[in-house]
Amino acid sequence: MSHHIVHVKNLQHVYPDQTVALQEVSFLIHHGESVGIIGANGAGKSTLLLHLNGYLAATSGEIIIGDDTLSKETLPEIRRTVGMVFQDPEDQLFMPTVFDDVAFGPLNMGLSHEEIEARVTEALERVDAEELRNKPPYHLSGGEKKRVAIATVLSMLPEILVLDEPTNGLDPHARRQLIALLQAFHHTRIVTSHDLDMILELCDRTIVLHEGLVMADGPTMEIFGNDELLKTCRLEKPFAMQSCPVCSPGKQTSPKQPPLVAPHSSKPHDHHHDH
Amino acid sequence: MLSIDGSFLDFKQLDLLALRQTPVHRLDPRAKVLTTLCFIVCVVSFDRYQISAMLPFMIYPAVLMAVGDLPFGYILRKIIIVIPFALLIGLFNPVFDRQVLMQIGSLDIWGGWISCFSILIRAILTASAAIILVAITGFPAICEALEKLKMPQTFAVQLLFLYRYIFVLTDEGVRTARARQLRTFGNRGLGIRHFGSLVGHLLLRTWERAERIHMAMLARGFTGEVHSSRRPSHFGRTEVLFMAGWITLFILLRLFNAPQFLGGLFTGTMP
Repeated sequence: MSHHIVHVKNLQHVYPDQTVALQEVSFLIHHGESVGIIGANGAGKSTLLLHLNGYLAATSGEIIIGDDTLSKETLPEIRRTVGMVFQDPEDQLFMPTVFDDVAFGPLNMGLSHEEIEARVTEALERVDAEELRNKPPYHLSGGEKKRVAIATVLSMLPEILVLDEPTNGLDPHARRQLIALLQAFHHTRIVTSHDLDMILELCDRTIVLHEGLVMADGPTMEIFGNDELLKTCRLEKPFAMQSCPVCSPGKQTSPKQPPLVAPHSSKPHDHHHDH
Repeated sequence: MLSIDGSFLDFKQLDLLALRQTPVHRLDPRAKVLTTLCFIVCVVSFDRYQISAMLPFMIYPAVLMAVGDLPFGYILRKIIIVIPFALLIGLFNPVFDRQVLMQIGSLDIWGGWISCFSILIRAILTASAAIILVAITGFPAICEALEKLKMPQTFAVQLLFLYRYIFVLTDEGVRTARARQLRTFGNRGLGIRHFGSLVGHLLLRTWERAERIHMAMLARGFTGEVHSSRRPSHFGRTEVLFMAGWITLFILLRLFNAPQFLGGLFTGTMP
């Protein structure tokens, strides 16, 4: 069980209405890697994710998770191995209370009551949501919902975590909290997002999708350094990598915009950045 | 006027009430469900001109509210929401049923008025019993109890999902309605035609959401059966006593008109 690889081979997906969502996608992700999948709207990110735990069936090509090729027989095992956190936590939290929700997966696995209790407690502690266990999901805030949604898959002890837009709709504080949480995990992580700053912090490797093709696959820093690639794929450098509008107003991405602080201001300003 | 928005938000309060710990909260949900069911059957089975015999049934909601430490004003507001529907049903009784049943001075009281009033009392009694049941048990526990009482699981799960997503759906509906309202400038918009597509959109959105939820369930190993995570509750002596006591009282009150009987004791004339 040591080599939890995700191997996607020549994956193609054509929707019933003949829309080609994925033309040809291949990549290999090793155990413990943290990989960002980025791309413009409609690049095929969501379609790709839905293949990873067998919700959509490939038109052609294959997916290997660990030792198993994805098929009807291996589906239950693969769904346990790949923990999928959906974009809208509202869809993921469907049980009456947080406890029931986190216990849903383990219950389907047929575990005993004691074991379920232990797993739920552990998963909730992991995401720092112990005190929410008896609350109904609609009493939670956005950030709490997101963390509980992650706990619902953690309780199944997955080896691979797939997260679709995890920071979507979170306030800066909740977003920070979530990034710190995800950084602490040792699972293989596959994250899609438009929040490129988060990808920069969380993922060492990035795969760029464009119109159903892999345009680039490599170290995150390298990819975000390639202006031309980002432009073709309708992406933009993370803010952390763009020049600061205060200290270097000349090198801004949009030069017509006036600097926020006059450069010849008499008093030197206190300002920090931590990139 | 109560907005739909507000009254639904208020239902969350009902959930919080169910988390309290009082003797009635601790009872096995099955006992409470069955007792309430029996209460409702007794109340609705009265003759349509009956009023006085139903009044003593008030004791059941009153006692539960007191023991369960429920806020009277809140429960009352919930009941008031139901009353217009009951009134609508009884509205035409006074028009069609003009048989004179009673005279107060020179005022004739038609049967229609009495039956209308009777419907109103029934509505208050049954609605209060149902709302109190939810407030002292919690909706999920009621579904579980119904399942243990051999209701097919599919229905129980349907009910649970209804309860879980009704807030999400009303939210969506309210947002859509607000978006429409903001762009019609106080007019009726394009009237009923527009409304059709609005409702249609809501349906499609609901459909999509259902698909996503199903996806999330499959991703966590759902195979068609929802397992219960609660430890088995205990149907013990307290539950038996609770049920036996109340049901005996209901049957007695149903068979004998208590107010008339008491009145008879004082005036000495038996009916």
